[in-house]
Amino acid sequence: MPPTQEPIERHTIAVLVDNEPGVLARVIGLFAGRGYNIESLTVAEVDARSQRSRITLVTRGTRMIVEQIKAQLDRLVPVDRVTDLTDEGPCVERELALLKVRGGREDLVQTLRISDFFGARMVDSSNESFVFEITGETAQIDAFIHMLEPYGLCEVSRTGVLAVAKGPLGIGDLQAVSE
Amino acid sequence: MSETQMTGAEIVLKALVDQGVDVVFGYPGGAVLPIYDALHQQNHLRHVLVRHEQGAVHAAEGYARSTGKVGVVLVTSGPGATNAVTGLTDALMDSIPIVCLTGQVPTHLIGNDAFQECDTTGITRPCTKHNYLVKDVNHVARTLHEAFYVARSGRPGPVVVDLPKDIQFAAGEYTPPEAVTHKTYRPKLSGDAEALEAAVEAMANAKRPIFYTGGGIINAGPEASDLLTELVRETGYPCTNTLMGLGAFPASDPQFLGMLGMHGTYEANLAMYHCDVMINIGARFDDRVTGKLSEFSPNSTKIHVDIDPSSINKNVRVDIPIVGDARTVVKRMLEIWRARRYKPDAAALRAWWNQIQVWRDRRSLSFHQDMDAGAIIKPQHAIKRLAQMTAERAQTRNDVFITTEVGQHQMWAAQHIPFDRPNRWMTSGGLGTMGYGFPAAIGVQMGHPDALVIDVAGEASFMMNLQELSTAAQYRLPVKVFITNNHWMGMVRQWQELLHGERYSESYMDSLPDFVKLAGAFGAVGLRATKVGELDDVIAEMIATDRTVIADIHVDQNENCFPMIPGGKAHYEILLGPGDGLQEATPEDGMVLV
Repeated sequence: MPPTQEPIERHTIAVLVDNEPGVLARVIGLFAGRGYNIESLTVAEVDARSQRSRITLVTRGTRMIVEQIKAQLDRLVPVDRVTDLTDEGPCVERELALLKVRGGREDLVQTLRISDFFGARMVDSSNESFVFEITGETAQIDAFIHMLEPYGLCEVSRTGVLAVAKGPLGIGDLQAVSE
Repeated sequence: MSETQMTGAEIVLKALVDQGVDVVFGYPGGAVLPIYDALHQQNHLRHVLVRHEQGAVHAAEGYARSTGKVGVVLVTSGPGATNAVTGLTDALMDSIPIVCLTGQVPTHLIGNDAFQECDTTGITRPCTKHNYLVKDVNHVARTLHEAFYVARSGRPGPVVVDLPKDIQFAAGEYTPPEAVTHKTYRPKLSGDAEALEAAVEAMANAKRPIFYTGGGIINAGPEASDLLTELVRETGYPCTNTLMGLGAFPASDPQFLGMLGMHGTYEANLAMYHCDVMINIGARFDDRVTGKLSEFSPNSTKIHVDIDPSSINKNVRVDIPIVGDARTVVKRMLEIWRARRYKPDAAALRAWWNQIQVWRDRRSLSFHQDMDAGAIIKPQHAIKRLAQMTAERAQTRNDVFITTEVGQHQMWAAQHIPFDRPNRWMTSGGLGTMGYGFPAAIGVQMGHPDALVIDVAGEASFMMNLQELSTAAQYRLPVKVFITNNHWMGMVRQWQELLHGERYSESYMDSLPDFVKLAGAFGAVGLRATKVGELDDVIAEMIATDRTVIADIHVDQNENCFPMIPGGKAHYEILLGPGDGLQEATPEDGMVLV
């Protein structure tokens, strides 16, 4: 592609795949080999009976690149279905994060107040540390992390974005790339 | 072992036979010995022992492209698999159906850096359409049947099946092909009905139309070529083919404009630039075809038929995309054209053909050959004479097959050898693999024992896989290697002359062998022509000799391949000859393009 003036878009894409060895490597290799961006990627089996896994990935690119990404994903043999949740109307996006703060008593008290405000849960505590669990949109988690930073934040673990479309339609009812 | 059980190796061979395979190209090694042992004890499959695994894959490609069947390769683990990688990548780029079986160290040693172990599925993941590592003997048959289905369905491509040695020894059940369907892979074959209607309507309303068709037509089977020919003739529109698509539309037809692209004809490229409706069927807007993207056919409505959705809107934005199989879609286009009683705009079409005639009159493929018997041979003349002296046989018997290596000779062959039928032209297009043509010719000859199979070669490319002379000798394959020998890597030399200030860095082929003696060393026949007066006799003798022949044709060392659209240039900036002044004309951003 020649350099372009087209705007960069952020897209959340759901990919249903046959849960077979190497399928994640195929998806990641495609992004690396063709120079696409991955902002986040999550994967887990979602249907044990049919051995289907769901990959949710967030990427950025011009409209033409995003279309190309979806077509390239759909072309992988073990990929069953590619759905662009961003194109399919509003969707619920969530991330889960586990955050550890370590510090003196005063700092820890301060983090408790902040966590209350963000609706985070304390899931572990010791005399000198807390672990918080928070679920929310990416921006909300970013903000929580930012707020904790001055009070001894020492570890961040995030899942990356999960998403489903709002409304009654399931993934099988939404428009797939190949349709 | 119970009665219904077989060893993994036996299952492999039974699956191949049930898939209709009759020949396997391969090379044994430790990790595939059980399969070779089983091969030794049966009569259904022929095995062709190549001299290097790259040759095995190219041979299978030649076999596949000339027969329309899936080509099969059998190699060992480690170096066997890594040597096959170039061939696999070549097959992926040119969409050739291949199933490549690789041996692997036993399952319990995988990951231990065992002797001749490599991560075959990891290495071949980006250069295959799909690949498998089989870890259970009861999955061997199913996996192989699935591999054949994937290789030949949709956009064809190479599939690797990695078989650990313990699985080849183990006993298991066989599953017949009928019992196997892929869980999810179902390529879409019929084009969208509305898009088809819109496409045919746009075709009918065109003032300056052009058909631009590619390898997708060839891959869709000979019937697709027949249907395309019918459609093109019924509309009266001009047609150009890509390098991969030559033979899909008869070159002898007056509506054929020749090949397009970097070394395509003046008329094909100018018609692409000036057309108002472009009907692309089974071609992928490759950079060799489009030239400068921002100036590619700027004023046309573009219809793009491709079986691979990822080819659509990848390089060029199109107006009417149609995802489907070329045969199905062209058939439907023809039906719609007839049902709607469409007629081309006769006046506009006449004006368009008049314009095309003006471009044709530039005679962009012309060259000057001094016909004095002692004159030096122009490479174009050598290839043209080869075409002329095989033309009658090609017309009457349809059994002349041309493969090529990569470089100037390849482009001259594409320009000067006319193909009226599909599957008679085998060349490495996407990957541009030097060393492709000779092993590919061996594969073609295995599929067509009585045919005339000629590898149009350059001496540098031929040197890359000449070990296969031994293979040709062993199976008494009367393959002809027609070397246009200019002692240079011709295309490299051409670019260095035109774009790098005549600094010929490492492109001279010093210390070449005596190709006539080389032929003799392998039990083949060596012939040589150094002057125009000798050329026809050498070609005639080459054709008449029922053995492997190397014809060493010494040609003009300074000849360049024209027309040429330099990197980063638009179609209308095509250069017709050495007088066209190139170096000043090539912008810096064009220089970085390959």
